[in-house]
Amino acid sequence: MAARIMIAFAARRCLSALPTLLIVITLAFFMMRLAPGGPFDQERALPPEIERNVLAAYNLDQPLWRQYLDYLADLTRGDFGPSFKYRDFTVAELIANGFPASLQIGGLAMLCAIVFGVGLGTVAALHQNSPLDYTVMTFAMTGIAVPNFVMAPLLTLLFGVYLSLLPVAGWGDGAWANKLLPVIALALPQVAYIARLTRGSMIEVLNSNYIRTARAKGLREGLVVTRHAVKGALLPVVSYLGPATAAVATGSVVIETIFDIPGTGRYFVEGALNRDYPLVMGVVVFYAAMIIALNLAVDLLYGLMDPKLRRP
Amino acid sequence: MSDILLAVRDLKVHFPVRSAGWRGAHCHLKALDGVSFDVRAGESLGVVGESGCGKSTLARALLQLIPPTAGQVLWLGEDIAGLGDRAMRPRRRGLQIVFQDPLASLDPRMTVGDIIGEPLRVFQPELKPDQIRHRVETLMGTVGLLPHMINRYPHEFSGGQCQRIGIARAIVLQPKLVVCDEPVSALDVSIQAQIINLLMALQRQMGLALIFISHDLSIVRHLSHRVMVLYLGRVMELGHRDGLYRNPLHPYTRALLSAVPIPDPDLERARQRVTLTGDLPSPLAPPTGCVFRTRCPMADRRCEEHTPLLEPAGPGRQVACHHWRRNADT
Repeated sequence: MAARIMIAFAARRCLSALPTLLIVITLAFFMMRLAPGGPFDQERALPPEIERNVLAAYNLDQPLWRQYLDYLADLTRGDFGPSFKYRDFTVAELIANGFPASLQIGGLAMLCAIVFGVGLGTVAALHQNSPLDYTVMTFAMTGIAVPNFVMAPLLTLLFGVYLSLLPVAGWGDGAWANKLLPVIALALPQVAYIARLTRGSMIEVLNSNYIRTARAKGLREGLVVTRHAVKGALLPVVSYLGPATAAVATGSVVIETIFDIPGTGRYFVEGALNRDYPLVMGVVVFYAAMIIALNLAVDLLYGLMDPKLRRP
Repeated sequence: MSDILLAVRDLKVHFPVRSAGWRGAHCHLKALDGVSFDVRAGESLGVVGESGCGKSTLARALLQLIPPTAGQVLWLGEDIAGLGDRAMRPRRRGLQIVFQDPLASLDPRMTVGDIIGEPLRVFQPELKPDQIRHRVETLMGTVGLLPHMINRYPHEFSGGQCQRIGIARAIVLQPKLVVCDEPVSALDVSIQAQIINLLMALQRQMGLALIFISHDLSIVRHLSHRVMVLYLGRVMELGHRDGLYRNPLHPYTRALLSAVPIPDPDLERARQRVTLTGDLPSPLAPPTGCVFRTRCPMADRRCEEHTPLLEPAGPGRQVACHHWRRNADT
């Protein structure tokens, strides 16, 4: 019975995701076109007849609404179109090309964020108002306050240049040494945020009546924390995982550019600078769909963790 | 029946408090200040008093959920005051508690079966899952819950049912003493009676000793063998139920008892009431001498200067008042 409700919920959420996606596509499409310049602008202007031919070849001579509808029609067939800049590739190929690197960096960053964030937050909550707590929270405030485009160069400077321990940039075919700094720079704000979130809700849960009951039962403190407290304290963290994924996806655009990692994010930045309309649109649609899907997954997970939501 | 389970001697719980403002002065809130009493096997001791007199603090200090500041808590002859979590753990089998807020005291993410069965899993790890399940279902029947509800979550139950779960959880290891910290104050009157009767039935069946904390004097009268009256963290009077209710010696007990409504309109109209004036004094700055003197109709200079000690006043009776003899047999 619970399973059927879950499936119905998931189906409803998938349907309601479609309008969201449409709004994202529409906004991205028209904002992209509002930006001055075009994909084929160069230092030296092309002869008018050649320019006309090029524009016609990519249907850029059509009225804007026409291009928009064509793009939507292509999308429904799963066609992201060709890249304007990387002439020999379709957008789908470029995304498929860049995504493994992005996924590794982003996935590792999320993993770090959850493991270290929850761990640090729990430790801080269990030692509330101790020097340990203050140290963790100071670290967390720093992590939240320093933007990643500042943190990344600082990390590079320290570990790459002064200490010469790690490569300053590049992908190195996915070597661990190359991943370390980007993952840290990407994960740090999320670690910090999740640590604060965990600490807050953990302190609240630890002061709740049912934890007192667990102690009165004669449970070991470790069991009280793991069996009773963590489950309750993790709910806000789980619901933050959706926004966290979005933040990591956004952050990866900056981080991949700074560390020169051949991921989707870097294609997005290059696409935006080159006015490579289909590439930018493709990445936007791809990321939007991914974030919507992950948010749905988080909601389902939340339902599994909180019995109160299971039977409405 | 006269073997003493729990002996409390001069128990004190003081909380450090900082008064308002940045760097306010430190002072102590004396939630319990020198409480002594005994509980024998199978008996029930009622603890009554106004809000803020230290009733719940007493419950938690007995179970070492709050560390006592001073004094002894002799459990089966052994002082457990100030024992850490680890040392207390094996002793919690025999010394259990039922909390005031039934729903909030149950883990919302655990099924009823897990909540009741958890102590079994911790203290009797040799039991197999189906044995535990069987024990839990039997116990659910005992406390008046339908055993097929074993997989439900606390929020699916009513307040009274939640308190039955709380009671089942407390007695699953067959303790010797259960401290009930206002177990019915959050429930409807009709449900209160059911829970009280359940507790009394369990007490008879299992030979449980109960410490029953309440501000409801009628309930305490219904189920207690002996009654202890607390005021501002001190014992005012302690005695057998009938003697204490028939002939209260302490002026505070008299005032409390006279405030109990009588369910008969004629008698109720004729009832003589001793009304207390003023508010409960701040426990941060209790009055000198007798703590009750600020609201006591009998207070005089002596009460201001000398703190009355708890003194014997008849068989099994103790009173802390300079003037109790004036109240005797009136």
